[in-house]
Amino acid sequence: MIERAHVLICSGSNCISRGAKSLRDEFEDNLNRLGIRDEIKLVNTGCVGLCEQGPFVIVYPEGVFYAQIKSKDVKSICDEHLYKGRIVEKLVFDEALTPEKEVKAFDEIKFYSKQTRVALRNCGLINPDDIEEYIARDGYRGLGKVLLEMTPSEVIEEMIDSGLRGRGGGGFPTGVKWKFAHNEVNDQKFMICNADEGDPGAFMDRALLEGDPHSILEGLMIGGYAIGANKGYIYVRIEYPTAIEKLKVAIKQAKEFGLIGDNIFGSGFNFDIEIRLGAGAFVCGEETALIASIEGARGMSRNKPPFPAVSGLWGKPTIINNVETLANIPAVIHNGAKWFSRIGTEKSKGTKVFSLGGNIKNAGLVEVPMGTTLREVIYEIGGGIPKNKALKAVQTGGPSGGAIPESLLDLPIEYETLVAAGSMMGSGGMVVIDEDNCMVDICRFYLEFTVEESCGKCTPCREGTKKMLEILNIISSGEGTLEDLAFLEKLAGSVKNSSLCGLGQAAPNPILSMLEHFRDEFEAHVVDKKCPGGVCKPLINLHVLENCIGCTKCAKNCPVDCISGSLKQMHKIDNSVCIKCGICKNVCPVDAIVSI
Amino acid sequence: MKSLDDLKRIRDAAQKKVTMRGKNDGIRILVGMATCGISAGARPVMNKFVEEIASRDLEKVTVTPVGCIGECAIEPIVEVLQGEERTTYCRVDIEAVERIINEHIVGGKVVSDHVIGKYRI
Repeated sequence: MIERAHVLICSGSNCISRGAKSLRDEFEDNLNRLGIRDEIKLVNTGCVGLCEQGPFVIVYPEGVFYAQIKSKDVKSICDEHLYKGRIVEKLVFDEALTPEKEVKAFDEIKFYSKQTRVALRNCGLINPDDIEEYIARDGYRGLGKVLLEMTPSEVIEEMIDSGLRGRGGGGFPTGVKWKFAHNEVNDQKFMICNADEGDPGAFMDRALLEGDPHSILEGLMIGGYAIGANKGYIYVRIEYPTAIEKLKVAIKQAKEFGLIGDNIFGSGFNFDIEIRLGAGAFVCGEETALIASIEGARGMSRNKPPFPAVSGLWGKPTIINNVETLANIPAVIHNGAKWFSRIGTEKSKGTKVFSLGGNIKNAGLVEVPMGTTLREVIYEIGGGIPKNKALKAVQTGGPSGGAIPESLLDLPIEYETLVAAGSMMGSGGMVVIDEDNCMVDICRFYLEFTVEESCGKCTPCREGTKKMLEILNIISSGEGTLEDLAFLEKLAGSVKNSSLCGLGQAAPNPILSMLEHFRDEFEAHVVDKKCPGGVCKPLINLHVLENCIGCTKCAKNCPVDCISGSLKQMHKIDNSVCIKCGICKNVCPVDAIVSI
Repeated sequence: MKSLDDLKRIRDAAQKKVTMRGKNDGIRILVGMATCGISAGARPVMNKFVEEIASRDLEKVTVTPVGCIGECAIEPIVEVLQGEERTTYCRVDIEAVERIINEHIVGGKVVSDHVIGKYRI
């Protein structure tokens, strides 16, 4: 019997952590109780994208989008919607309801209708554990096309024509990179998938690996055919257990279908894929460090050239592509370079996936055409800043990128424009920072990360990042001077210019971009000894304003009893005792406590 | 996997698994499945629709249970939506399902014996 309805349960890591794991069992129990289990198909999908509102359940054929579903809600979806056909309006995602209480289908919701999904085309729509669902969505047709109808040179030309550029952050044209390895004469070459996603706040690659693992395998094999490799590795960090599990299932199924192995499609092309686990070091996302790690050595970068395309893994020509790049490749081949190059702008083709996080309403995973403005992503797709706070900056590129101020939000998203704005595309982390944050503090956060993750091989990065963090700590403690600021800027420039690999070269980016766009905030710390964001504790003083209603809530919650005042009287904070924990500010019902 | 034809075969067979999760621009069959509909026998009717669609391989035809439209006395009610056209059938039984599939869905001709106009008093 064919199922009359499909129930898709988002099982991306974010929804699992919000309790999606028990939903499937709950559905099984309820559908069996109603005797309609064999009419309904249950599908555990990858990330749906709107993680802030998870866990999700989507019911087809109507495409009804249920959000924030808990185990106890499953009963009413089964009883009402699946059994009686009455949509459970109170569980429908609120943006999917029109003012007339009509339910909009999932792809008509603003969050999705503004997106163009190329890399994420299958994410959240198919069961990643079922190769047939991938094949049904034209999976592996690109591979068949290149193996049977195209020469490796034609594949490379097609990739160059498409304009696809590396999605790991660098933005190097993928076809050109492949050509380097293709032109090398060697009996053994390698393809590697770089799945060592490590930026704080970035989870695009994880979502792709979990939601559509076959697209990565297919991309890797198309690359292998183009450059003349018959062996591929997927380097993925052990911190992504679900992704590893999905990849293992996908590889096993592809082998059973004869899509990985010998003589694929009867073309004579052989390819094998193995998974290599990394221990979760940020530097291993750098190509040469990644290669060292696969070879069994300590993950440290080396000088380039020679580039891996010439001498990489075990000295053999090696191409390393990022997860998102690989996920795009089958779509480019299947639909053609012309189709792909119509999306995006002149220099940046296609789409980019971002993981939207920080102070934003609809945190989650979004994919937009290149050339979309940051403002559209943040306000139209992301839904803006919670509590109507003002936006201060957007950090793209994580610890290697920079902060883009409000005034530049109308910039189109492209590799070049973001670099010109002092940031970079990066792998796709997009952290929204609102007015209640301190830029010095955010700099410290990123520098703490790079200090920890520096491999220690070259002095500028090992010592420079540490020294820069020390200066930032001095500034945030209120002991800094203008000379410290000048020195920080100079040191940042030196580290950027003299570090061995991308990690050190990009580590000063947050400092440099924030000094460019938010210098007044740094100066407020050293000159006025004030923290405008109200974050750096030594620089803030809490005060009660006149609109205090004397509810005594602050005094009751103060851990050091430094707030005095009786009922219905204005309260007062004794700053000599205050430890600046901010609890009073958070509990005040009338926002009468401010930090100055 | 020995050839592209092998892949196409698997694809065509597997496509049924996922066509439902796209835009619905085909024919939608709505079966009234509120308490009144269920007690009048809507469940076997809906199952019959699903079975027929599957066995005849009808593309882009979906079956959706819906609530009560108010005419409880003449349930089971089935509506066929095709673009802007809406046909409402009443007192649908297994035999009527076969006729609706044969004559309306496949043949394109409304089964006038069961349309709502015949039953309204």
